Amino acid sequence: MILDSKIPSGPLEKKWEKHIMDGKLVNPANKRKYDVIIVGSGLAGASAAATLGELGYNVKCFTFHDSPRRAHSIAAQGGINAAKNYQNDGDSVYRLFYDTIKGGDFRSREANVYRLAQVSANIIDQCVAQGVPFAREYGGLLSNRSFGGAQVSRTFYARGQTGQQLLLGAYSALSRQIGLGNVTMYNNSEMLEVVTIDGHARGIITRNVNTGKIERHSAHTVVLGTGGYGNVFYLSTNALNSNVTAAWRAHRKGAAFANPCYTQIHPTCIPVSGDYQSKLTLMSESLRNDGRIWAPKKKGDKRPAHEIPEDERDYYLERKYPSFGNLAPRDISSRAAKEACDDGRGVGDTGLGVYLDFRDAIQRLGESAIRERYGNLFDIYHEITNESAYKQPMRIYPAVHYTMGGLWVDYNLMSSIPGMFVMGEANFSDHGANRLGASALMQGLADGYYVLPYTLPHYLANVPREAAPSTDHPEFVKAEEEVNARTKKLIDNNGKQTVRSFHKRLGKIMWDKCGMARNKSGLQEAITEIQGLKEEYWQDVRVPGTAASLNQSLEIAGRVGDFIELGETMCRDALSREESCGGHFREEHQTDDGEALRDDEKFHHVAAWEYKGENEAPERHVEPLIYESVKLATRSYK
Amino acid sequence: MNILHALFKTSIGKKVIMAVTGLILVGFVIGHLIGNLQIFLPPEKINEYAHFLQSLGKVLWLIRIGLLVAVVLHIWMAVSLVLENRAARKKGYQSQKTLRASYASRTMKYSGLIVFAFIVYHLLHFTVKSTHGEDFYPMTMLHGEKVYDVHTMMVLGFQQPLVSIFYLIAIALLSLHLSHGFSSMFQSLGLRTRSWSGLLEKLAITISVLYFLGNAAIVIAVMTGMVGIQNPDFASCCPVEAHEVANAKH
Amino acid sequence: MKVTLRVWRQENETAQGRFEEYEADNLNPNMSFLEMLDVVNEKLTGDGKDPIAVAHDCREGICGTCSSMINGEPHGPENGVTTCQTYMRSFNDGDVITVEPFRAEAFPVLKDLITDRKAFDKIMQAGGFITARTGSCQDANALPIGKEVADLAMDAAACVGCGACVAACKNSSAMLFVSAKAGQLNLLPQGQPEKDTRVLNMVAAMDEAGFGNCTNQYECSAACPKEISEEFISKLNRDYLIASVRSSVKAKPTTMK
Repeated sequence: MILDSKIPSGPLEKKWEKHIMDGKLVNPANKRKYDVIIVGSGLAGASAAATLGELGYNVKCFTFHDSPRRAHSIAAQGGINAAKNYQNDGDSVYRLFYDTIKGGDFRSREANVYRLAQVSANIIDQCVAQGVPFAREYGGLLSNRSFGGAQVSRTFYARGQTGQQLLLGAYSALSRQIGLGNVTMYNNSEMLEVVTIDGHARGIITRNVNTGKIERHSAHTVVLGTGGYGNVFYLSTNALNSNVTAAWRAHRKGAAFANPCYTQIHPTCIPVSGDYQSKLTLMSESLRNDGRIWAPKKKGDKRPAHEIPEDERDYYLERKYPSFGNLAPRDISSRAAKEACDDGRGVGDTGLGVYLDFRDAIQRLGESAIRERYGNLFDIYHEITNESAYKQPMRIYPAVHYTMGGLWVDYNLMSSIPGMFVMGEANFSDHGANRLGASALMQGLADGYYVLPYTLPHYLANVPREAAPSTDHPEFVKAEEEVNARTKKLIDNNGKQTVRSFHKRLGKIMWDKCGMARNKSGLQEAITEIQGLKEEYWQDVRVPGTAASLNQSLEIAGRVGDFIELGETMCRDALSREESCGGHFREEHQTDDGEALRDDEKFHHVAAWEYKGENEAPERHVEPLIYESVKLATRSYK
Repeated sequence: MNILHALFKTSIGKKVIMAVTGLILVGFVIGHLIGNLQIFLPPEKINEYAHFLQSLGKVLWLIRIGLLVAVVLHIWMAVSLVLENRAARKKGYQSQKTLRASYASRTMKYSGLIVFAFIVYHLLHFTVKSTHGEDFYPMTMLHGEKVYDVHTMMVLGFQQPLVSIFYLIAIALLSLHLSHGFSSMFQSLGLRTRSWSGLLEKLAITISVLYFLGNAAIVIAVMTGMVGIQNPDFASCCPVEAHEVANAKH
Repeated sequence: MKVTLRVWRQENETAQGRFEEYEADNLNPNMSFLEMLDVVNEKLTGDGKDPIAVAHDCREGICGTCSSMINGEPHGPENGVTTCQTYMRSFNDGDVITVEPFRAEAFPVLKDLITDRKAFDKIMQAGGFITARTGSCQDANALPIGKEVADLAMDAAACVGCGACVAACKNSSAMLFVSAKAGQLNLLPQGQPEKDTRVLNMVAAMDEAGFGNCTNQYECSAACPKEISEEFISKLNRDYLIASVRSSVKAKPTTMK
């Protein structure tokens, strides 16, 4: 497998412009002759579907949700970055680019990240025009807040519901195109297989989750915007239905999976309270603008927070990273919290928690100012824990939040299957080994509004302008048979254990051995354990109900089956990456004071895994990262 | 877009018609009450007022037709809305709690129906004058003209306990109807905002209570004898008890 | 703690439904309502029975998927939360809890507690947008919007599209949803050019979908997990009235019928 990133030549600042000029166009009359399948209706999927529909392509958009508005992008809280420099505090496209590259621990692609920073400003313009109610100052101008890993205020936000508002903006644009007939929307349709004809992606197989009906859809190109795979850990901040199935099915059909071990553990989540727990809830990073993180200095200190005097508190982020303090990037903050808890200084019943304290901010600004900024987050915290963060500090602990890895794509966002494009969290290219806060929304919308609409014609211009292949083509028949066989196996299995119990076990293996800290022997064990789990799964899982009806157990069963396979590849990736970088922390590779120790000589590359067959080890391919502008440096936030 | 279609065929349009006709009817019932309160003045006042209304001729008929149209539209729209609302949830809940809706708002259709029945009776009683015998509709001399003695008609009417009780019940229900309707029409016309919705609710309650008290005062005043028959010619034509009350007053 | 559930079970859209009782034992008061259902469903699956189908996804009160009528109240007894944010500590040990799907003809029941709310999407497609072609927009700060207006628009925009307003309304009216969506855009300067067509088309789509009529009881606001004010309904009524009158009398270009 050859991984050609197709990065344009020329100076960094001119690459995107040059690429647009060098690429081919599809003339307006011909656009309607092309059918485009978009799977997913989150920020990337909805914005791409709306934009491509508007341009005149014949778009078919699919989501397993009952409405495109339910995609998990909706849950993003804190904000979206853009190099607007509205605060006059020294921001620029280059600074956003550099912060993002550095935040990703120099493991992302330079040209992609620069393009992301370039189009970031347009996203804000677009969203405001759509009526997204961003926070504003009294004078009517847009307001900004700071986020981790940056020393400028460049994050735009809509209370604690920025993802919701951006998604609803894209959804409204999509709704308009659906109403106009330019986009056909397929709700409740879960993609279960991709169809390739002569090596090119030409269609998908879906299952209508309401009726169980299996459908074939053909097109000239297939675009995935299907989100991340954090739920491989069972407990994460992802929505319960977020899954890897679409991406994994594409992977099995030839799309390389890049850097799967890069997972983001978010430092500020509400700690686990019991084994019944189904998901973890994030407390936005924006809280770190005003909250101070600390743990008791004494081990096993069980006093309530207010009884612990100031000099017995360890504000460890401020101590260790004085220049960024509480706004240190996520991977670093998470590891620091883990370190404090491993040291026996954790708080709460489980000892797995640290404090996020607003006492000083409330004293300085008053409770009403804090309520205005974070009221809804404090309410969420109260609902879940029954504690008031106005009166006592929040207890927080890291939790799986985002996956930087994903399907490998080139500069055009095309995967290693020709004709299949991948956007948003589902691809891998922009965040390296760690994503900075408020960058996921930026990337999802950048891909959908501004990148894919320019790069898709480069491919389509070479596709004959004849009708999309017939769904009676043998490849469609074969793909549908594969789906049916898998479904039948699950339904007829009649085992003893529930799908959820397998998912929990997988999650535990992943969290313990491929979580915040990883080591060689743990990863090797994990691979063996997951292989065993997979075998057991297909022998003993019990899926009640029938295939031809609404069957939530069946939906989850298919997804968990794919998560198990993914988990093994993640562990292989983590095992082979003999360095620490960003969210990937190998205990063998750390500095004396416990910081991540990169090995740029051996690992300044993307690892992309090729599927080799059922129960075969996947093959690791390498795309070297070539930096023309940025000098590799040790990432320091001190 | 055709404005008639917007008003008669859409959910918001129908509510606008409800609100506008409601406003007309609220105006009418309040005016009617103020007119009736003249019963506490010397009989000539209310008789003069009634005669003035009668003498309007075509204008009176215009007003009557206007009110009739308002009532018909109000009821027509109400029936149409209720039918649509029923159709919008054919299978109901096993249990459904009321979270915030007032008692008045939940009983609009019943209070409305009973008030409508009352209005029919009321019109037959005092306008068509067909519910009672001729004795109940006496005449009197006013500025040398022979006119209906409305003052005595009212007293005679409310001296009958059944009529009074029906009247009181209807007025109570109409007040209840108003307590929701009065603020509701502002909402339907888009004039109720958060800045004064609290005040509006209070105003609605106050107006409804005052409306009830004003009407009840007339009935109670007659029933307790505080207001009696003052028509000197009356002895020859009125029922015995009423006659006695009238004499007692003199 | 322990509770008894009376749950609406219905195999599919056309099947006759019924209530069934389940015991849920050994519950932790800090469990969410949906986590309690997870436990019940694990047991049902283990016993070879069909688990209760229930709509859910994000479990943090923002996606709007979850939609259950719990003891006669949409999303359960607490104010300002969704079903997934309802915790067992809101109930007492030994309670009997009745769980039903949201009911309205416009929201047919698909299975058990899952309803089809695509009617909301149809309303949005009719006019719930500002036409802003990708790439054609001016600088975001070129259009100052007062904080008060922006905040009010955000109040409306907080709607998660769950349908609790319809479920709570005695008439199954969708006015709170439509008014929140239209209100957000109508408040903002960007939304002015399409304001009249927006309200006319959205209300037409709402009526078309078979929702009931608003009778100003404000059950919707009381049930709304985002506590959206009925003031937006008043605003929609006003905007609609003005749009109807204006569209009837205004001068039209020759290119329009």
